[in-house]
Parts: sequence; C-alpha cells; structure tokens
Amino acid sequence: MKRLFVILALLMALLSPALAVQPDEVLDDPMLEARAREISQKLRCPICQGENIDESNAAISRDLRLYVRERLVAGDSDDEVLDAVVDRFGEFVLFEPRVRGGNLILWLAGPVMALAGLLIAWGFMRGRSRAAPSAAELSEAEKSRLDEIMRE
Amino acid sequence: MIAEFGHFALILAFAVALYQMIVPMIGAARGWPGWMDSARPAAMAQFLLTGLSFAALTVAFVTSDFSLKLVYENSHTAKPMLYKISGVWGNHEGSMLLWVLILALFGAAAAVFGGNLPPSLRARVLAVQASIGAAFYAFIIFTSNPFLRLANPPFDGRDLNPLLQDPGLAFHPPFLYLGYVGLSMAFSFAVAALIEGRVDAAWARWVRPWTLAAWMFLTIGIALGSWWAYYELGWGGFWFWDPVENASFMPWLLAAALLHSAIVVEKREALKSWTILLAIMAFGFSMIGTFIVRSGVITSVHSFASDPARGVFILCILAVFTGGALTLYAARAGQMTAKGVFAPVSREGALVLNNVLLAVSAFVVFIGTMWPLFAEMMWDRKLSVGAPFFNKAFTPFMLALAIALPLGAIMPWKRAVPSRAIRPLRGALIFAAAMVLLVFAVSTGRSAIAIIGAGLGAWLIGGSVAELIHRTGKSGLSRLLRLPRADWGKAVAHSGLGVTFIGVALLTAWQTEDIRVAQIGEPFDVAGYQITLTTVDEVEGPNYLSTMAVMDVARNGRHVATLRPEKRVYPVQAMPTTEAAIDNGIFRDIYLVIGDAQKDGGWAVRSYVKPFANWIWAGAILMALGGVISLSDRRYRVAAGARKRGSMAAVPAE
Repeated sequence: MKRLFVILALLMALLSPALAVQPDEVLDDPMLEARAREISQKLRCPICQGENIDESNAAISRDLRLYVRERLVAGDSDDEVLDAVVDRFGEFVLFEPRVRGGNLILWLAGPVMALAGLLIAWGFMRGRSRAAPSAAELSEAEKSRLDEIMRE
Repeated sequence: MIAEFGHFALILAFAVALYQMIVPMIGAARGWPGWMDSARPAAMAQFLLTGLSFAALTVAFVTSDFSLKLVYENSHTAKPMLYKISGVWGNHEGSMLLWVLILALFGAAAAVFGGNLPPSLRARVLAVQASIGAAFYAFIIFTSNPFLRLANPPFDGRDLNPLLQDPGLAFHPPFLYLGYVGLSMAFSFAVAALIEGRVDAAWARWVRPWTLAAWMFLTIGIALGSWWAYYELGWGGFWFWDPVENASFMPWLLAAALLHSAIVVEKREALKSWTILLAIMAFGFSMIGTFIVRSGVITSVHSFASDPARGVFILCILAVFTGGALTLYAARAGQMTAKGVFAPVSREGALVLNNVLLAVSAFVVFIGTMWPLFAEMMWDRKLSVGAPFFNKAFTPFMLALAIALPLGAIMPWKRAVPSRAIRPLRGALIFAAAMVLLVFAVSTGRSAIAIIGAGLGAWLIGGSVAELIHRTGKSGLSRLLRLPRADWGKAVAHSGLGVTFIGVALLTAWQTEDIRVAQIGEPFDVAGYQITLTTVDEVEGPNYLSTMAVMDVARNGRHVATLRPEKRVYPVQAMPTTEAAIDNGIFRDIYLVIGDAQKDGGWAVRSYVKPFANWIWAGAILMALGGVISLSDRRYRVAAGARKRGSMAAVPAE
C-alpha cells in the first residue's frame, strides 16, 4: 500500500498542471504585460482543443507566451507580433479571422442579415398597417363548440 | 440480466414509437377516432419502456457492473455515488439514452396534458414526436448501444473523466437536454399544424407553454454549464464561445424569439408562418447542436465522444427532419394568412424587432461556429473563429436588443404614439443615467464596457419596474399584486437579463488578477485584500490525490475568509485538475488558485477579485423564474381546467 502511494505521488508530480501564465513569465512593465495578455487571448494553442495560449497549460503555449513577450519588449506593435506568430503557425492560430478575402463574408454576414431582416420586417409591417381587418373564420366544428360553450 | 432487460425495453420502445408515428397519423388523415386516440397510450408506454431501459443502465452503473462495456469505460468502484449516477449520462451512449428518455417524457406529457387539444391535432403532434423518437432509438440501437457486454469483465473500470466529476456537471446535461428536447414539442406542434393547414390563436396558446418550459430548462442548463466552467477550469472565465457552448446558445436565442413571436400569434393572429418557421429552426438547431457535439466535426474541448459514423447518422436525421419540415412549410405556409392589423410602431412591431435581432444574433453565432468547417471545405484553409470574433460580431445585437426592450415592452398593441408610450419610462431613464454616472465615477475612465453594460442593465431593470408601476396605475399595491402573472413573469425575466448584463460588463471590466510566487506566511495585497498562504498539504480523496493549500483572506486587518484551493490528480485517468477556492459575495468573488511548488521555495498562486460575478447567474435564475411565473398564469390554468374534464372522460377508456 505504501509503495502504491509513492507511485501515485510520483505520478502526481509528473502530472501537476502547469497553470496558464506562470509568475516567471509576467513582465515588469504592467502596460506591456496587459498588451501581452490581450494578444495571448487572440492566439489559439496550436495543439490543444480550442484553448487560447493565455489559458492553455501546454508547453508550446508557454513558448508562445514567452515569444509574444519577447517581441513586445523588443518594441513590436500588437499587429507585428500577431503577424510574426501567424507566419510561423498559419492562420489557424488566429481566433479572430482577418477581415479580408473570403473572411469578409464571415464578418459582413451579420450586418447584412440584420439589414435585410429589418427591411423585410419593415415591408411586412407596412403591409400589415394598410391591410383591412378580416373577421376570424371558424370551422363548423368550432361553431358548434362555441354554441355549446355559450349555452353552458 | 438487468442489462438485457434494459436492452429489450429499449427495442420495445422503438417498436412502440414506430407504431405511434404511423397509426395515429393515418387515423388523423382518415378521421378514425380509435386510431387517433391510440397515440396517447402509445406515448405513455413508450415513456415507461424507455424509463425502464434507463433505470436498467443506472442500476448497472450504481452496482459497478463492469461486464457492461460502457460501465467499464466510464466508471470506477471508488467513484462517489453521485458521480456513479451522473456517470450514466457522462458519456455518449448514456447521454443519448437520456436524450430519448426526455423526448419520450415530453411525448407522454403531451398525451397526459393534451386533453383539450383537438383529437386530430393531438394525434399528429404525438405521431411527429414519435417519429423523432424512432429515429433516435434507431441511432442508439444501431450505432451507440449502451448495453453491450464484455466477454471477460475486468475487475475495475477506467473511471469517469475527472472534469465531469462535479455536482454542476451532474445536473448540467439533464437540464440542457430538457431544453433541447423540449423544443421538439414546438417542432411537433409546428409540423402537425402544417399538416392540418391551420395555425390560430389557440394553437399558439398550446405551443407557448411547451416552448416556455423548454426555454427555461435551456436557460438553467446553460447557466449551470457556465457556472461550472467558472469555478472548475481555474481562471474564472464564464463563457468561451466554444462550438459546444454555441450549440446550446443558438437554440436558446431562437427559443427566446419563438416565445415572443408566439405571443403575437396568440394575441393578434399575425406572424403565423414566421412562428412556424422559428419552431422548426429552433429544434433544427437543437439537432445541429447534437450533431456538433456527437460527431466531433468541429474540434472542441467537449468532443470526448466523437465518431464519424455517428455523425453521419445524426446528419441524416437532421436532414430528414429539418428538410422535410421545411419542404412541408414551403408547400403550406401560403395558406397561413395574418389577421391582425398593426402599425410599425406598436407592441407587434417591437416584437418583430425582437425577433429580427434574436434571429440575426443566432445566425451570427451559427456562421461563426461553422465558418472553420466551411473555409476548409471551400478553400482548404484551416482557420479558427473564437471569442474575439464573437465578442465583436455578436455583442452589438445584444446592445440594440437591450436599448429597444423596455421601449417595446411598454408599447400598446396595434398602434402606439411614441411620445406617450415612452412617458412612463422617464424614471427608468434617469435611473440608468445615474448608474452610468456612478460607474463612470468609480471606474476612473478605464473601460467603456462597464459604463455601457451597467447603464443598459439598469435601463432593463428600471424599465421592468416602470412597466409594472405603469400597469398598476394609481390604484396602488393591491392592484400591483393582482396583475396577471404573465406581467410579473415578463418583468422578472427582463430584469434578469439586466442583472446578467451588469454582471458580465462589470466582471469583464473590473476584474483584478494577480499572478505571483507566494511564500508561506508572507501576506500579499490584491485589490485591497491581504492574502496569506498558510499551509500546503497532500490530501487523499476517494479517487484522487490532492495538493491542498490553506489561504487566509483579510481586509483592513479583519478576517474575510479561509479558502482551500486544490490541485488534484485522478490516478485512474492520469489527469490533473485545478479546484479553485472561491469566497462568494454579492458584490465580489475572491477566487484563489494554487499552482506548482517553485524550485527556490514558495508556490505559484493566482488570485482574482471578480466583482459582480454572481450577477451573471443570478440573472439567469431570474430569467428562468420569470418563465415559471409566466407559466403559472391564469390563462394556462384555465386550459388546465379543461384538461381535467378531458382526462375524467378518458378514465373509463383506460
């Protein structure tokens, strides 16, 4: 039993989750650190399932976080840092697709749909406000049921 | 033996569903009362059989019967009892069984409570419901059978994914499924109405409580999932725009739209064909959600059970039902003529705007979720769409919704004079403006999110209060208490949305984070709190090992809380988890996470002060509560009276 516990404790040491951002990664300049965090949240961990590198525990995410901070300290702008990471890993790592090319469809779909929806709704409502009110028509069965209710 | 019994019951339920989808439908077409009425006992029998099947699987999990493959793969003798039970649906096969169980439950409920429905409509509703059931029974029996045996049963199981071993997650799927599957009732009513060729106020009155119930369950289910993510994943995020979250969010948005458009059908006999379309789409999106989760077609943290064969099967079900319903819709929608006449500026007009905004926002979530798949198919590009996109593309519609909501809610039906309609809202406007100023003063101009979100939240809450006062008139408190329950439900649900707005905005804008190496016994400051790491111990749990820290939190020398954040390792699954420790408060949560021991002494510690975090879920609870209050409204109880008469007449027949 004791041996089992030792094995488990060893296993535990191996498996302990490396928390997302580690204390030794944090930059001294709070402005730069804030920018680094913002950029990290836009970058997807290349090997995890749908996590950004800021939240991810994977080793590659740590490397990317350090790389982002390195570039920021070297004086790169936010976009330059993002471009540099995309050059290496492809656009897959960008959580916010670039607003260009085919992705324009993605970005414009919502506004276009809203505009179309509002126009259709407006047309429909103009029609409704001009329509003549029509009397409700009842089927035979409903008429007899109505009579029944009225008699009760 | 019990497992075989459950397997057999499931196959019988499939047979009953086949009967129930064919015979009553023919009966309704031919006008044969006996054939039509046979749908009711069939629906109840189907529920009973599925219930037995589910009970058999539960027994297998509770008794740790590892001769069942599913139990072996997802359970362990050392697992606490709660998770042995919730483990029944913490896996693909079991969760699909829960899916059909709830589907059968709704069918049986419609059979029991549907006494006041016209017999032909009832027969058709139950037949459509059974056809959905039949498709999913076939799916389970042919691709995801939970009752498969192992030839050589092992001594112990492989345990449940530790992330799923949590009370929040024990209840998250059942509520979510009650919501997802509850929308099948709206779908069945819509298809039945298309077959009948009749949609009127009575139809809307029947369909609305079902939609309302489904929406409430979905609200609670989504809130539970988000709450779980908040305390379990270790950094206190509450919404990630993960494909699986989106899969539950799209039906929620469409169900909210459907609830509102059904009001217009019920009160004003307009928007009929749109309401039918929404009912089809809402359940269609529930099935898309099932497809996304179960096929693993989109990479996601949730796809613990992905399999292409299953994906194709569900895609076929989705295509047949949504496609079939839409074809029927195209053929019949022209027959549905609107009767009510109204001006664009009116309650009807406001509800149309509500529907446009909710439907478009659901569409934005949909296109964002499916875009990576689309881009890969069209251009062979691998790209990602995540939180930054959704925050930008989705939020504007919610802001527009929040601005318009109190204005629309207070407008009279048919035609409104804007200047007069808005007058009762002056108080709410002043309240919202005051809140904006307060937040502006407190937040030292840091973030527009806080100002806009809190202002809109106050506007929503103030608007709901103003509307209640307006409806009360001058007759005071007694009149206020005698307002229809529907008015109260509306006010509570709309304020709930406001509370959630405030929570999301202020948490996002004002959160404080601190990452550091903490030495034992040395206090440090985070946003006005002094935090001390007292001890770190190794603790043994029932099926895990834990590193547990004890941390004291004080403010101005006064003790606030003692928190015990942990990191655990579950040896069977060889998986670590972080268990944050949270001191919950009305105005702030203190959220502590313990990390690794550092080489030169001390521990990595993450501390957060999260203002207004609980408002997010408090708002969701209020929204669901508003649904409950609205559901108890007199006009549904009137229908209940009719129901009692109907079921009394049905007693001798049984």
